[in-house]
Amino acid sequence: MRYSAFSIFRNGLSGQKNWQRAWRAAEPKGAYDVIIVGGGGHGLATAFYLAENHGVRNVAVLEKGYVGGGNVGRNTTVIRSNYLLDGNTQFYEFSVKLWEGLSQALNFNVMFSQRGQIVTAHSADQLDTFSHRANIMRLNGIDADILDRDEVRRLVPYLDFSDTARFPIHGAILQGRAGTARHDAVAWGYARAADGHGVDIIQNCEVTGFVRDGDRIVGVETSKGRIGAGKVGLAVAGHTSVLGQKAGLELPIESHVLQAFVTEPLKPLVDHVVAYGADHFYVSQSDKGGLVFGGNLDGYNSYAQRGNLGVVREVAEAAIALMPCISRVRLLRHWGGVMDMTPDASPIICPTPIDGLYLNGGWCYGGFKATPASGWCFAHTLATGKPHPLIAAYGLDRFRTGRTLDEAGVGPSAWLQ
Amino acid sequence: MLRIECPCCGPRDHDEFRYGGDASVARPAHDDPDPEAWYRYVYVRDNPAGPHREFWQHVSGCRQWLVVERDTRNHVIQSVGFARKMPA
Repeated sequence: MRYSAFSIFRNGLSGQKNWQRAWRAAEPKGAYDVIIVGGGGHGLATAFYLAENHGVRNVAVLEKGYVGGGNVGRNTTVIRSNYLLDGNTQFYEFSVKLWEGLSQALNFNVMFSQRGQIVTAHSADQLDTFSHRANIMRLNGIDADILDRDEVRRLVPYLDFSDTARFPIHGAILQGRAGTARHDAVAWGYARAADGHGVDIIQNCEVTGFVRDGDRIVGVETSKGRIGAGKVGLAVAGHTSVLGQKAGLELPIESHVLQAFVTEPLKPLVDHVVAYGADHFYVSQSDKGGLVFGGNLDGYNSYAQRGNLGVVREVAEAAIALMPCISRVRLLRHWGGVMDMTPDASPIICPTPIDGLYLNGGWCYGGFKATPASGWCFAHTLATGKPHPLIAAYGLDRFRTGRTLDEAGVGPSAWLQ
Repeated sequence: MLRIECPCCGPRDHDEFRYGGDASVARPAHDDPDPEAWYRYVYVRDNPAGPHREFWQHVSGCRQWLVVERDTRNHVIQSVGFARKMPA
């Protein structure tokens, strides 16, 4: 059933009792053309585009928990394409373009809101580097504006523009087409749309090992038994190493916890996504009114989906340095997600040296905004066996060949900075 | 929060420490010409979900480098020792 004004009206007349479930509760078949391990945003998007773009419909998505229970439900929902390096710039802009039509493509309102992202600059030098970035973005057809202090103050007057600000605001870079989306709706929308193409979405089905024929991977062992597969794609952000090891993959990845926070609901205050250029802090306001924000990684290897108080304090300090007006706002919740941290802070999407196995991981803490483009390009890679041109820079061999994509500019072991 | 039992200073909050990464990775010899060995040293990590040997430096205390064995699933610390052997 397609969602429409008419379907809402009709179901309203029958007491909201006749809505169908958004996707079937599928049980695994004996074998599939493609198995995607991981029912998060990237895995579900991959399954959808495999069916939609490549006509591969005999597909299963295996999720060890429930759809939306992993990182797709644990992020801060920011979407942007203000990247600097060739390879990243084009990929993330393609993603923003897909976001712009996503609700229509999925027939599901993902509540993409292009409220714009402002990153504050706190010195003349920082504003220079932002101007460099804005030029690169514009050369790639991406919108970018440099704002002086007065223009920033007009847009976001609630930041600290006082004489006592620890790091006075010099200006900012603005991407007007950046924004946020409803993260759960993204997972549910892709799941429903993939299911509509016949993809089996199998929840509570943990992959415990791989089935081999010689050197080739021909299926997976799961908590629901053995399932055969023509190709297997891993999209299990956070646990890529755990599963990769079972397949014999050696990876340049460490898992770290990143916390996110939400305050009690407020009246409308923050109209944009605002990021603090002097520290690691960014904030947006949800449609319910809570301020949603985050900061740095906890900074040591962890698979525990919870954080610690040291980072809560650091993030609160940065929040109040940028926005003194929220010092009395109460924090409602904070939670942690497990991130695949790569040494150059860029993702890995590629065929692997193991026949039949494909990898989509290493998203560090920027995976949400990439969901549509990641799924699009990974589906292409699975369907054709070759990397999509937009992910040519994201190969696993880039570390061995020295072609790293060091967007953070901090060298190997970005998580130690 | 982690509580790290510093062999010099006693149990301390982990905020006093700086994380130093995987302690099981061995640096190749200074004159090792094999690029594969350097690649593995710089980039490849086991990243286990379970016991993990890792460096921490007690930056706000004795400034010693320590090797901590910690379970990455629940942060239980099994052992703490000096990264360098103490002189006899």
